[in-house]
Amino acid sequence: MIKYLPTHEYARIEGNEAYIGISPYAAHQLGNVVYVDMPEVDDTLVKDEEFGAIESVKAASDLFAPLSGTVTEVNEALVDNPRLVSDDPMKNWIIKIEISDPKEVEQLLDQEAYDAICDAEHKE
Amino acid sequence: MNKELYGKLIFECSVPGRRGFSLPVNTYADKLADLPAELLRKDAPALPEVDEPSLVRHYNNLSTNNFGVDTGFYPLGSCTMKYNPKLNEEIAASPVVAGLHPAQPDDTVQGALEAYFTLQSFLSEIGGMSEFTLNPYAGAHGELTGLMVIHAYHDHNGSVERDTVLVPDSAHGTNPASANVAGYKIVEVKSLEDGTVDVDDLRSKLNDHVAAMMMTNPNTLGIFEKRIPEIAKMVHEAGALMYYDGANLNPMLGIARPGDMGFDVMHINLHKTFSTPHGGGGPGAGPVGVRKGLEMFLPNPRVVYDADDDFYSVVTDSPEALGRISSWLGNYTVELRALAYILSLGADNLAQVGPLATLNANYVKDSLKDVYKLPIDGRCKHEFVFDGLADKSTAVTTLHVAKRLLDFGFHAPTIYFPLLFHESLMIEPTETESRETLDSFIAVMRRIAGEAATDPEMLKTAPHNTPVSGCDDTEAALHPRVKFSDLS
Amino acid sequence: MSRHRYLPHTDADVAAMLERCGADTVDRLFEDIPEALRMKKPYELPGELSEPEVRRFFRTLDMRDEVLTCFAGGGFYDRYAPSVIASLMARSEFLTAYTPYQPEISQGTLQYIFEYQSMMCALTGLDVSNASLYDGATATAEAMMMCVAAARKRNRVLISATIAPYVLDVARTYARYHKVQLDVIPEKDGVTDRAAMQQMLSAGDVAGVILPSPNYWGILEDLTGFADDIHAARALMVINGHALALGVVKSPAEWGADIAVGDAQSLGMPLNFGGPYLGYMCVTKALMRKMPGRIVGATIDRKGQRVFVLTLQAREQHIRREKATSNICSNQGIMTLYAAMYCSVMGAEGIRRVNELSYGGAHYLARLLTEIPGVELVYPDKPFLNEFLVKFPSPEAADAAYYDAVDYGYLPGIRVGDDKLLIAVTEMRGTEEMDELAQIFAEAVNPGSTKGKEDSNE
Repeated sequence: MIKYLPTHEYARIEGNEAYIGISPYAAHQLGNVVYVDMPEVDDTLVKDEEFGAIESVKAASDLFAPLSGTVTEVNEALVDNPRLVSDDPMKNWIIKIEISDPKEVEQLLDQEAYDAICDAEHKE
Repeated sequence: MNKELYGKLIFECSVPGRRGFSLPVNTYADKLADLPAELLRKDAPALPEVDEPSLVRHYNNLSTNNFGVDTGFYPLGSCTMKYNPKLNEEIAASPVVAGLHPAQPDDTVQGALEAYFTLQSFLSEIGGMSEFTLNPYAGAHGELTGLMVIHAYHDHNGSVERDTVLVPDSAHGTNPASANVAGYKIVEVKSLEDGTVDVDDLRSKLNDHVAAMMMTNPNTLGIFEKRIPEIAKMVHEAGALMYYDGANLNPMLGIARPGDMGFDVMHINLHKTFSTPHGGGGPGAGPVGVRKGLEMFLPNPRVVYDADDDFYSVVTDSPEALGRISSWLGNYTVELRALAYILSLGADNLAQVGPLATLNANYVKDSLKDVYKLPIDGRCKHEFVFDGLADKSTAVTTLHVAKRLLDFGFHAPTIYFPLLFHESLMIEPTETESRETLDSFIAVMRRIAGEAATDPEMLKTAPHNTPVSGCDDTEAALHPRVKFSDLS
Repeated sequence: MSRHRYLPHTDADVAAMLERCGADTVDRLFEDIPEALRMKKPYELPGELSEPEVRRFFRTLDMRDEVLTCFAGGGFYDRYAPSVIASLMARSEFLTAYTPYQPEISQGTLQYIFEYQSMMCALTGLDVSNASLYDGATATAEAMMMCVAAARKRNRVLISATIAPYVLDVARTYARYHKVQLDVIPEKDGVTDRAAMQQMLSAGDVAGVILPSPNYWGILEDLTGFADDIHAARALMVINGHALALGVVKSPAEWGADIAVGDAQSLGMPLNFGGPYLGYMCVTKALMRKMPGRIVGATIDRKGQRVFVLTLQAREQHIRREKATSNICSNQGIMTLYAAMYCSVMGAEGIRRVNELSYGGAHYLARLLTEIPGVELVYPDKPFLNEFLVKFPSPEAADAAYYDAVDYGYLPGIRVGDDKLLIAVTEMRGTEEMDELAQIFAEAVNPGSTKGKEDSNE
């Protein structure tokens, strides 16, 4: 199950775990990613709060937590090769968390609702 | 330039045993080696070893890879790249000034303090303010200082809950960044289609948490905010103060004064409006002015004048002052240059700066608006913004136009700012540019518009005549190499 | 004729340009400004001065200033400025250039900044240098905010009481508005009280610790073990010192610092009554992306040539707006050129010799002064580089010594309290000047003492 925040982060939910990354739309908007600022394992995430940032040469955006939880893994491959996010953002997640409040999932956007947001942004 | 010899880093010119210094013979009995070894560094720092002639050639040749105001025209919007008078450099290079220590007793620096006080008085007159501090080192530092003045004012009045600064969405990026450093939350105020402040949106965002509204006028599109008296009234009624970002002060010289528009606090970029050189990015100076009633919040140290004794003194402990924001009295020799500029022009010529800068901008705009897209028609002030080429059928972007200009010996305009348009190309020709220069620029801009239709591929790989071209920014950010030892 | 030599427009130019704009007068261009806001009267400013008159104006001001033989420091020193620097700095291709956003026509600026960064990294031993800070005091404040930003949730920073008072004042000002809890570590016998710092760190809420060396009293602080204390508390260690000393004293990297900051005025820059100077900042690689200000990096261009560009710009205000690491948007361009040329002229050997001369001279003068009955070093057991604090027998004696010296054309130091003087010696001072200063002090403290016993009051 994949759910989104309006700020373009996705959460791929598997049981009580979630992989968090940025959507292909956001990756395209950013251009070539040159750096991903990630939290550390065991850091606590609070839903909708900032947990890191992602940078391209001429842009940067903060990363917001789709769900509350504890970081169980960070994608170490992105340290040396941040461009992986540009190449395939769905495959190349940024962090993996253990979800602390499963009820929060209901507040996230499904694919259809998220696509509508992207369309609207694009038209602007 | 001989690239083989002079295309190197100074480190690559280094030969062990060479030297460029000349120092007295050391006859003292005490030696550094007397110090405990754990306080001294183990190895000498890896600095170049070069003789004086080689060093002179290195830096002289390096300078030829640079473009400056003395080289050619900078149509750089919001940056006011006007001519930097040579006389100012001569004044700033005074050997007397060079030797003045900032901690000297006041009675030994009466001349220096008089220069400071005189410039602050001149700026007060020009800004329509009561008093200026010249201490801030740059425009962004001035913004920060101005916001601290506002903070200190609200603290003094006990309104601690004012934690928000309003910033138009068209504002320079430094405005929100400075507000953040000053401890404020930022709320953006929307712009109308013509780039002016949406007064209804502003009204909806004003409340007793708002400390200040930051604005430029004219705004970043070069448009005068006509509703400024109404805006100032609303902001003041909400208990907040009006902050004037002086980045666009140049067209107001001789025309209008921020203080008369209702602004309470302002900064001025001396390196824009008052002709001091940009120096490749600095040092600048960002004096901050305040209206009557706010003087006591200006930072320490302050220069005050006692007319009875005809004596200037430095006050370091004004109790209500916002604090201290600089080591001493700011970038003093930058201040001297600005003072020399004002004296050289005099009241009448200074009042011609705004009109002539505005004439130049309108002349360029009206000469190009058939081939570049002008999103907001009508009179501009010192600058205006095109939204790329008028002909949108080519894939030629603002970036390509900007890079192609370099081939013709013009600096690029400010591009992709303001964010209100996708292809912003912001042009500010200052009053020191002659009609011939502008005509040549206009001709080149028209030629580029033509090339967009006939040879778009050539434009996309521009520039072609510069020492370097097509710099890989992504590689630089991906694998940062930021010092000589990173290169090997 | 045009109006002024800086304003090219003739009446004919104005007329032709107005025609293009469809306006009959220049004033028409301002029709959109409400009449009530227009200036009603001319500026109350002096009329135009000719070039000879402007020169005379400033010459008259200069005559009201006294250039004194300088024994004052406090972080800013009268230093040897090699003549080649002023000559090369005046090249207008350097001086009149804008921030190097267009690398194709800015390789001059970009390369000298890269050279400067390399030199500061060599001096501090750290990995990355920026090129942006105004002075040592604001650089220290930026380091303080950086500690808080890096720590994310902790906002308390400690700063030693031995740091220069104006640096402390600036840091306090930034802290007050940026909502940083800045606490002062007390001093003990002229140096930072390590036990007190350990106690303050134990709360576990400290993001960074700022320590000076040399400190305001000129003392080289022994920071052995400090880095362990600070890092054990998961805080960052910041060392503040003036740049010239870095050529000989243990480097911030060797002490274990994460951030080195200070003022680079000591690299031969003119005193200029307070500025412009240059704040330096170097950090470890781990902190690179948290650093404020401009950074230049090497890359290649289309032809494969080595070129330099502004890099890591995603940290900065023009992209990140209120989320930027700082509001800084200038770089201290021409002053970094100054520093780079100074380091090139001097090299490591020249910088060592300058420090050696300053050290030798300061110890020579300290010995002369402490031979004066009643004058003593405040911290006689502490090692100092080129600056020291002396105490006079009374405030009256200190006053007399200070003002007599000024009357003789000396700036004898910086007043501290009512009976102390902070005195600095550089390579610019000769022994004859020090001998005379010591004599002035001796006479001021013990009137008649230098004229022979029969004139003595005691």
